[in-house]
Amino acid sequence: MHIVVCIKQVPDSAQIRVHPVTNTIMRQGVPTIINPYDLFALEAALRLRDLHGGKITVLTMGPPMAEESLRRALSFGPDRAVLLTDRSFAGSDTLATSYALSETIRKIGEVFGPVDIVFTGKQTIDGDTAQVGPGIAKRLNLNQLTYVAGVKALDLKGGSITVERRAEGGVQVLSTKLPCLITMLEGTNEIRRGSIEVAINAARAEVVTWSAAAAGIADTAKCGLKGSPTVVKRVFAPKPRSEKAFQIDLSGLGPDAIAETAMAEIFKRLPSLEKELTQELQR
Amino acid sequence: MTAKPASGASAGGRAGMKKELPERFKAYKHVWVFVELERGVVHPVSWELLGEGRKLADKLGVQLAAAVLGGPGEATKHAVSEAFAYGADVVYAAASPVLEAYRNESYTRCMTELVNTYKPEILLLGATTLGRDLAGSVATTLLTGLTADSTGLEVDADGSLAATRPTFGGSLLCTIYTLNFRPQMATVRPRVFSLPERQEGRSGPVIEHNFSMLEDDIVTKILQFIPDRDSNKTNLAYADVVVAGGLGLGGAENYQLVKDLANALGAEWGGSRPLVQRGWIPADRQIGQTGKTIRPKLYIAAGISGAIQHRVGVEGADLILAINTDKNAPIFDFAHVGIVTDAVRLLPALAKAFRQRISPSTRTRMAV
Repeated sequence: MHIVVCIKQVPDSAQIRVHPVTNTIMRQGVPTIINPYDLFALEAALRLRDLHGGKITVLTMGPPMAEESLRRALSFGPDRAVLLTDRSFAGSDTLATSYALSETIRKIGEVFGPVDIVFTGKQTIDGDTAQVGPGIAKRLNLNQLTYVAGVKALDLKGGSITVERRAEGGVQVLSTKLPCLITMLEGTNEIRRGSIEVAINAARAEVVTWSAAAAGIADTAKCGLKGSPTVVKRVFAPKPRSEKAFQIDLSGLGPDAIAETAMAEIFKRLPSLEKELTQELQR
Repeated sequence: MTAKPASGASAGGRAGMKKELPERFKAYKHVWVFVELERGVVHPVSWELLGEGRKLADKLGVQLAAAVLGGPGEATKHAVSEAFAYGADVVYAAASPVLEAYRNESYTRCMTELVNTYKPEILLLGATTLGRDLAGSVATTLLTGLTADSTGLEVDADGSLAATRPTFGGSLLCTIYTLNFRPQMATVRPRVFSLPERQEGRSGPVIEHNFSMLEDDIVTKILQFIPDRDSNKTNLAYADVVVAGGLGLGGAENYQLVKDLANALGAEWGGSRPLVQRGWIPADRQIGQTGKTIRPKLYIAAGISGAIQHRVGVEGADLILAINTDKNAPIFDFAHVGIVTDAVRLLPALAKAFRQRISPSTRTRMAV
């Protein structure tokens, strides 16, 4: 069995600062992390390898510094890491990204053996689109399983897999054929602590680094800005409301008196609310 | 390729790109909304999108269409007539046993066929688990642009769809265009737009699409559907009153104060993203861009600073009451009423005040 896990290096969102004057992102000194959603995908892959054997390849597309994230990923125990890096990818939107990644997964299959399952996180914390996983699935004609809460059964001989998928209002139990692509839901497992031995090996491991050409990406017109149908025209900070919040005067008041004042202010502004709340509570 | 968001590039990267719509896309016209019908029920986000789609269609001077996919039964017919009531001028309907329950393969194929046949210029879908699963596949199949989780939709002077969404982890907003590909696709989360008024007796032409896919053509099978137990289900997105907490509560043990006030008000409770990340509350209680978008009559935010990603999730509330010790917290830029104090001290007092005023038992006593 061969599993590919796609990860992304993202800025630690808690640390992002916006320049107060220019409204641009201040990237300097912002630490990067593996997109937290991807760790659920990686752990799900590791658990399948525990049960069924096989190899796991982690893949990322990014600038050369994304190698750090691959090394960190290797410390949890996958077998190899591939970094796809090329200037021609700069400015890729989700359609262009899914093209580059799907072509690379094809190449990984040729070089390291046929791929049975591709895992991704549900989405990334910087883009939050959840579009790249389905994009890869469609391009590689993989059976698509999104928002997966857990793998229930895997039959490698029969080439089938059963998963639980989070749907609106419930859980679907789905069965499909391999090869497939799974986007893993958050909170569904906890990434393991890699052993010291694994960590040492990870530090020494060679990260396979491919340019677009090395990954067999023939059509660079489908990559980067050129290959992206979407255009970001404007990035801006939202306008503050014309008036600031009406501040309740607290001078000398204790919590009970403030609460009474706040409640009176609420019912003054929403006159029908008191009756509705009372009726609601009586039901 | 750096830490850039969404379907977008760095701020200035593509600003110079011009609109030069290829000839093959010039026939694309009209605004479409995908109607999400699952297990006999239409997700309200579809009607919310028809409400917003109406404005876009009127501005463009084109029709508003609903695409209704479903099983051969009554539910699909009912969804078609409801689509007219919520503003559709025309409905494209596909009824087939393979569309009875949602699966990516059948729905992607059917939507792709519909788009290729009838050529809409704009296609909107709800950003639900179903809508996001479908939108990504459809956009990739059609090789067009897709903006996820839009919080604002406008039509530009030249007729292009301008989809605005938070970016960079919710610290800024960006406006994204799909200039030279069609359809222009966007998903929108539930409750970002309000439910339009239902108009009884509206109707229009129904264009039936003969969808020929067979069950044998579909690899993925649904073995079982396990509905959520009602006790676990949160009604956060559609609640009239919501109380939420943030890191300003100081510790997980203080979160109970939020629940107590919610309980006194008969309200739903939730919190900001850091609370979910720290495990104080479950993920389905998160309010904000990556959690639930809410439009309650009353929203009480306790100890929440009000980052953009939170703001876009609550701005639809009629009245926002914010409690925060920091008088410069961004939440006071969009709250209507502010109280600069420690939420931990105020929440119990608020719960007591509301209990005394509106609790039915007190009422009964007073009536006696």
